[in-house]
Amino acid sequence: MLKELTKGFFKRNPTFVLMVGICPTLATTTSMKNALAMGMAVIAVLACSNTIISLVRKVIPKGVRIPCYIVIIAAFVSIVEMLMKYSLPLEVSEKLSIFIPLIVVNCIILYRAEDFASKNSVAASLLDGIGMGGGFTLAVLAISTIREAAGSGTILGLKLSTAYDPVAVLTLAPGAFIVLGSLLAFFRWRSLRKIKAAAFVPAPRPSASAAQEATA
Amino acid sequence: MFENLPSIIIGIVLINNFVLAQFLGLCPFINSSDRTDKAFSMGAAVTFVTTMASFVTWLVYTYLLKPDAWLLRKLFAGTMIPKIGLQSVLQTAVYILVIAALVQLVEIFLRKKIPALYRSMGIFLPLITTNCAVLGVALLNTSYAKTPLSLLEAVVQGFFAGIGFTLAMLLMSGVRERLSRLDVPEPLRGAPLAFIATGLMALAFLGFAGMG
Repeated sequence: MLKELTKGFFKRNPTFVLMVGICPTLATTTSMKNALAMGMAVIAVLACSNTIISLVRKVIPKGVRIPCYIVIIAAFVSIVEMLMKYSLPLEVSEKLSIFIPLIVVNCIILYRAEDFASKNSVAASLLDGIGMGGGFTLAVLAISTIREAAGSGTILGLKLSTAYDPVAVLTLAPGAFIVLGSLLAFFRWRSLRKIKAAAFVPAPRPSASAAQEATA
Repeated sequence: MFENLPSIIIGIVLINNFVLAQFLGLCPFINSSDRTDKAFSMGAAVTFVTTMASFVTWLVYTYLLKPDAWLLRKLFAGTMIPKIGLQSVLQTAVYILVIAALVQLVEIFLRKKIPALYRSMGIFLPLITTNCAVLGVALLNTSYAKTPLSLLEAVVQGFFAGIGFTLAMLLMSGVRERLSRLDVPEPLRGAPLAFIATGLMALAFLGFAGMG
């Protein structure tokens, strides 16, 4: 059961491995604060929608399941949107602006609803939602750390050092694309190296008993 | 009435291009920009849907959702509802249902009238519902607009948002058709290099920012 929680972090990370829901990972990663707020919103929506969809999975007729999922997701997105609008500092909620309501069309949410919550138990779906949302949060944190540290020279708003001039373009749109592209390449390189290492394991030698059988 | 249109058009196509500056509609941008013909039909379909969606969602927002909307005053006269409006509660759900219904209509229309185009679009057509560019333009036209837009301005913004999306798709498909013939290191092949190329393109589009 714990596997459902942890698989989203690295092995099936929604951003770097599955490559779903890319738009918010670029738009909301100009600073770590924004990324953290976005990650929390996605975890909340994903955990709630996965739980409810798993609860009602036997009641919903197959033909209209996608519209039903979308309405359930939209309800949670509206709740999160209102909560964030009144609880977050203005500079963060302004930056996230339309990307909070846009969670409703984020592929991660619908993908987990269709692929996991509609087939699995409530507890497993809840854990899957938290895990996948956590994986998304880790991804946006990774991207935003690079962009904030190199682009504005700060970490969570604290000045890192005065020894270098920040590369401001990294906080703008081009920097987002380039950082994401490089990180994707890095993760692909890692998994390719693993696959190659596995492929190079020498084939097991025929055991002694098998050799005896062959001669017999 | 028309004086805002040029700045809206230039703004949404070049300065705030949906893909290259606002990060909207990236999934179809990366997934169907590997060939020019595919990129063009995807862009055309998205443009059509953003235009229609801008028209319908503007009407829904103005007459049904926003504070002091006409229909709310009729339906809930004497209560608190016309004063607060229904936008914070119902907007997301209503918009996505409107868009889903629109895409369904387009699908039925194309299947009946232009079956060849319908077949070539395949799975991309229903997926436009979950394209964040469509919901994004609907939100930017209504409750997230910096200054309230008229119906004409909203529709023009919707249409040219689609045109900007198509422009980015076509530019990208040209780059990727060339890239596909090169010997690229394996980890960079496909999406990673596409993102880096998009970044360089966005750098060029940054030059338009001074026009705003």
